Amino acid sequence: MLSLRVNGSTHVLDLEPEMPLLWVLRDELGLTGTKFGCGIGACGACTVLIEGVAVRSCQVPLSAVGSSAVTTIEGLSPDGSHPVQRAWIEHDVPQCGYCQSGQILAAASLLAKNPAPSDSEIDAAITNICRCGTYPRIRAAIHRAASLGNG
Amino acid sequence: MSIIALSRRRFLTVTLTASGGLAVGLHQGARAALAGGQAAASPWPASVPGIALGAWLVIEPDDSVLIRVPKSEMGQGVFTSLPMIVAEELGCAWSAVRVEYASANRNHREREVYGRMATGGSSSVRTLHFALQRIGASARVRLCAAAAEVWRLSASRLSVENGAVIDPPTARSIRFGALAAHAAGIRLAHEPPIKTPAQYTLIGKPLARLDTPVKVTGAARFGIDTRLPGMLYAALVRPPVLAARPRHFDAGAVLSRRGIKAVVPVPGGLAVVADNFWRAKEAAAALPVVWSDGAASLATTALRARYRAALDGPTATAFARGTAGEGLRAASTRIEALYEVPYLAHATMEPLNCTAQVESDRLDAWLGTQNPDAALLSASRASGLPPDKVYIHNCYLGGGFGRRGTNDELPQAIAASKAVGAPVKLVWTREDDIRADRFRPQAAIRMQAGLDQSGRPVAWEMLTAVDSIDMSLFGYHPAAGYEFQAVEGLTDTAYAVPNLRVGCALQHSAAPVMFWRSVGYSQNAFAVESFIDEMAIAAGADPLAFRRRLLAHRPDYLHLLDVLAAASNWERPLPPRHGRGLAVSESHDTIVGQVVEVEASEGGTVTIGRVVIAVDCGHTVNPHILATQMESGVVYALTAALYGEITIEKGRVVQGNFDTYRMLRMADCPRIETHLALSGGRKWGGIGEPGVPPAAPALCNAIFAATGRRIRRLPLEREIVGGPA
Repeated sequence: MLSLRVNGSTHVLDLEPEMPLLWVLRDELGLTGTKFGCGIGACGACTVLIEGVAVRSCQVPLSAVGSSAVTTIEGLSPDGSHPVQRAWIEHDVPQCGYCQSGQILAAASLLAKNPAPSDSEIDAAITNICRCGTYPRIRAAIHRAASLGNG
Repeated sequence: MSIIALSRRRFLTVTLTASGGLAVGLHQGARAALAGGQAAASPWPASVPGIALGAWLVIEPDDSVLIRVPKSEMGQGVFTSLPMIVAEELGCAWSAVRVEYASANRNHREREVYGRMATGGSSSVRTLHFALQRIGASARVRLCAAAAEVWRLSASRLSVENGAVIDPPTARSIRFGALAAHAAGIRLAHEPPIKTPAQYTLIGKPLARLDTPVKVTGAARFGIDTRLPGMLYAALVRPPVLAARPRHFDAGAVLSRRGIKAVVPVPGGLAVVADNFWRAKEAAAALPVVWSDGAASLATTALRARYRAALDGPTATAFARGTAGEGLRAASTRIEALYEVPYLAHATMEPLNCTAQVESDRLDAWLGTQNPDAALLSASRASGLPPDKVYIHNCYLGGGFGRRGTNDELPQAIAASKAVGAPVKLVWTREDDIRADRFRPQAAIRMQAGLDQSGRPVAWEMLTAVDSIDMSLFGYHPAAGYEFQAVEGLTDTAYAVPNLRVGCALQHSAAPVMFWRSVGYSQNAFAVESFIDEMAIAAGADPLAFRRRLLAHRPDYLHLLDVLAAASNWERPLPPRHGRGLAVSESHDTIVGQVVEVEASEGGTVTIGRVVIAVDCGHTVNPHILATQMESGVVYALTAALYGEITIEKGRVVQGNFDTYRMLRMADCPRIETHLALSGGRKWGGIGEPGVPPAAPALCNAIFAATGRRIRRLPLEREIVGGPA
């Protein structure tokens, strides 16, 4: 039995320790806001926060999480009011929307350690793929979120 | 050895052009003043307490207006743009609008009450705007007629405002919700008139998308998010070689694993069914299978040689005017060039997936589809149930780009569900998605032109050897020897060249091909707009002035080029090793011109600084969505132009995931500006695809301007970095 702390709740799970966190979240806990995109850590659709830091959950075995706190898009804010989500709404960022949970969490992680990132710092930190090409809007929204305060 | 290191500059800016074009950006004030309603997290039809005014519209007791959209929301914004057209005529509050999908089952039972529900060809606004205007206008007039009966006065003195019918002389009003039941019983003798563009209050405004709120919280339901009681999960076991089939498999080798329920033959391979997807996927990778040989000799290099050779053989004439052959012989200058493009994968962010629940008298399927009508019939065939017993629950599409027009995943999920007697969610891995894609065709295109002594082209021959989508997807050989999508962008060129011939040699192989965002235009505009540039260079002319001369009969093009020239500072000299490239392409009733700016370092590194876009789609429903679609098209096209290539060796698709099928990312994304050059009139052009075709040729023309190097084969990464021939 392994225990897992997600969005403030602790789950006791009878699962293989090598099962990637992505599939634990999606299939076992029903937290489908975290998306499957590539399975090799290349696209960032599965990004979650572990102790506030963005990680690609398809590359994290359940056993590696330990007692660390996992935050998914469902737990970022109770009502979509996190500054990054508000900035995303102001700039109307999503198109198809599939990669956006990961993009938002990657941005939240960046802003948590760098409250006012420059363009080149955004380039370095936000490497998630968006096939719809929302990059210009994501960049604008990250700057906006920085000005809203990294609540 | 040089590398491509593309860097972005700054985020999108809002600018106003000098020549009357309106630049598009975010207009926060305008959008805040027009707060929208909302799209549902689960967008499929639900029973609501309201009163239906026809199949498309339900008015609920709280005055909410539910609009049923028969087109797929895959990022292009139909869940916002189509309701805007209805609401414009209806006169409801925009904040009262709710949106969900129309039912494909109902469309089947009620003889296409929603028309054709397929989404493709950038056709949603183009083909539906008039019907949507009429639906809104008809409902408004019926609501007014109902109020007139209540008040016992003439409807002609009534008007609507913010979801209520008002009687201006007395300042009385009745809310739509209170009138809907009465209005539903009213039949109009004739269709009411619709607004003229000068009367629009919603159309043309940069309103925020209705589906944004559910897409920033993780609430939006994509097909892959479907969860049903008792649901099992399936992973695909796909043949390693194209067209191979399983001869034997040893299910026993994996059935003892934890959670594994069954191994099931499905169309295109096998499926391993388990109690979660990871277990299914791991077992699928471990399943011993003996495959038939398949198309083991198929190779991209051989196909490429074949396509080039086909250009020397007979070609079917897809279009001719004058006598291109004689014109070429008589010309004072002749130029020729060969352009080549590879197979491309669609690579939607959401891998294909479908959840099917097959019961004895009913089938439900949840997926993202661009063609619910076809999905319904396909599901009927796969299940043996009559079509009226099939329910397709379309979800938000995690990208479409044409790939979701044919749902290979649907009969697979049905086969799995039937075999195990439970609902099954079948998910493709990224490797399945890339390697079992139906690709954008590979093509070789040879251009020949003859110029007269003034440098004006008098003859132009365009020959293309390209995979046939008709043969691959529909299994028939076009009798004429060519097909529309092979020659679009060639036969319909707007350039006034008196002698023109378009020849086509259709190709077919075991590599499946299909529609890919902008389809034939994606390769044909690359050839045409690169070659026009080559002609201009041969004529010693400025590429923009050269195009203007050949488009003198098209005021819409000329205006657009003026807007583009001003916005891109076309006349302003650039520093050494910098270059601007221009391309203009008309597709889906929309003209898009783009100027790409590049900088080439001495080491050969090419940086894309910005892309300036001018668009003429006649009328625009939502200029904010239009701008995002232009950005999207440019990013999609630049990704392909820079990196995109599917190669096949010994029948195996080489690329499999984003490590080998590279995507443009934030750091590579140029600044993109969109400017409107609308010509109005009868045109409501598409916007989902027309931003794609000009980007690759504009980029290559810019590289030529900066370096003198002409790129005639994509992707650029291969050409600039070097690589296998």
